[in-house]
Amino acid sequence: MMCRAALILWLAALMLPVGTAKAADPRLVPDVSSRAIDIQYSFTGEELLLFGAILYPDQRLPDDRADIVVVLKGPMRPIVLREKRRVAGIWVNASSIRLRTSPGFYAIGSSRPIDKLVDERTAAIFELGLANLSMSPTEFSEASKLQRFEAGLTDLYRRLGLFYENPAAVEITEGVLYRARIPVPARVPVGTYRAETFLISRGRVLAVASRDVQIRKAGFERFVALAAQRHGFLYGLTAVILSLLLGYAASAIFRRR
Amino acid sequence: MDLYLPVANLSVNALVIVLLGGGVGFLSGMFGVGGGFLTTPLLIFYGIPPTVAAASAATQVTGASVSGVMAHLERDGVDLRMGAVLVAGGLLGSLIGAGLFELLTAWGQIDTVISVLYVALLGTVGTFMGREAWGSYRAAQAGLPAPARKRRHHPMVANLPLRWRFYRSGLYISPLAPLLLGMIGGVLTMLLGVGGGFIMVPAMLYLLGMGTQVVVGTSLFQILFVTIATTMVHALTTGAVDIVLAGLLLLGSVVGAQFGARFAQKARPEYLRLALAVIVLLVALQMAVGLFIRPDEIYSVQ
Repeated sequence: MMCRAALILWLAALMLPVGTAKAADPRLVPDVSSRAIDIQYSFTGEELLLFGAILYPDQRLPDDRADIVVVLKGPMRPIVLREKRRVAGIWVNASSIRLRTSPGFYAIGSSRPIDKLVDERTAAIFELGLANLSMSPTEFSEASKLQRFEAGLTDLYRRLGLFYENPAAVEITEGVLYRARIPVPARVPVGTYRAETFLISRGRVLAVASRDVQIRKAGFERFVALAAQRHGFLYGLTAVILSLLLGYAASAIFRRR
Repeated sequence: MDLYLPVANLSVNALVIVLLGGGVGFLSGMFGVGGGFLTTPLLIFYGIPPTVAAASAATQVTGASVSGVMAHLERDGVDLRMGAVLVAGGLLGSLIGAGLFELLTAWGQIDTVISVLYVALLGTVGTFMGREAWGSYRAAQAGLPAPARKRRHHPMVANLPLRWRFYRSGLYISPLAPLLLGMIGGVLTMLLGVGGGFIMVPAMLYLLGMGTQVVVGTSLFQILFVTIATTMVHALTTGAVDIVLAGLLLLGSVVGAQFGARFAQKARPEYLRLALAVIVLLVALQMAVGLFIRPDEIYSVQ
């Protein structure tokens, strides 16, 4: 009974900002600098520009300051996260957890720090901030262990540039135009990404809008990656022939000299 | 010059990889080893995922051993019968290795097993080789002939059932011994991305008691075919062969190997063996230190 009540409450909270949307509420018109990022031979990362406009009814700016939060979130996939510990003197993977939905990339930018914009509950509902990512562990484990692992993952991905948080990334011009640069590193996993924009004022999320972004390998890189995945035999054979030819060519050339 | 590796999923400096291949190739040409035992650790050190490093290093060893095999075949320095038995064992071993690889990956211990195997194998072989090379170095210094090595196979080998004649090797032993040896080589090639020459050569000399004139050629022959097989098995199971990475390594190593071989003709063999022993021991030490000190990354994602 308690459980269901909590669920209804939670659902209500989730619906609230959208449910109360009336004609008088502001709207977001978001866009991204490119709908598709192609990974090519010299890809060393890219910067994605998330920008757009805030449309207020009657074209009148509200008196309260409005803030923008942008989130770029990458392919959700199940992962196994392992933790090394010292066992008999050497460092080995000693324990692990499975996470059903872990984003391969997560970047959040805002015009002010998230904790100044919304309370913890709202941040958790909209999954704003690295601390609020829900990764759904597949088995039950103690909260402290889960927390430790999530902190470890966040730290690792942050240093790889796969998790990114910048509370000053969003720049709002004249109260109606916003823009934010999100760095996308070379290690980024391919897949469908979602660029979400939140309009927040007085602790409430007033509008949400999103755009899909594709990150994919292109050209030769796409060909090679697909061949390695789908045609293992031919791919392996090609690699073998390549190495035989190169080895043979080198010895033939050098012998002639 | 940055280049994106489509299977490893990261950008590397192409020049660094070519030079790395060149350096390893030089050593492999000089010492007559595949050089995989240097490539894999160096690639991992550079930030390439271990699986991709091992798989692509195996492909590189294929290219590095081609010219050696051809040279030895011309000089009749390959015992083809022995080679065939070793290759058969190697194929079996690479399949077993693939199974082990999958098992260890699921268990999360593949990295540790790779490191421990490296330390154990390189440490043992390096010490052994170093002692032997030091002995002949001292002998050469004193102007004495190198101590004669008694050529007999291990008693365990003599006890195996079924006996074949291996004319080129001058042996009448059970084919099970080289089959087993080839199998171990195959497992190691699959797991470590090494050709296994640094294990096969001493094993062929001291366990099987093969004639010296065919040891290196036959070992290279086995390495060539087994690395081809492991490339195929990796391509079909782990999908971790990065053809761009392998190509870059090859570009450097096939050229480096030729210079290395030329250099080796001028150098004294006992100096070469001593130098190889030192390099092998250094890699083992580096790997051992890596096991005991706190790693940079406590957490890893799979």
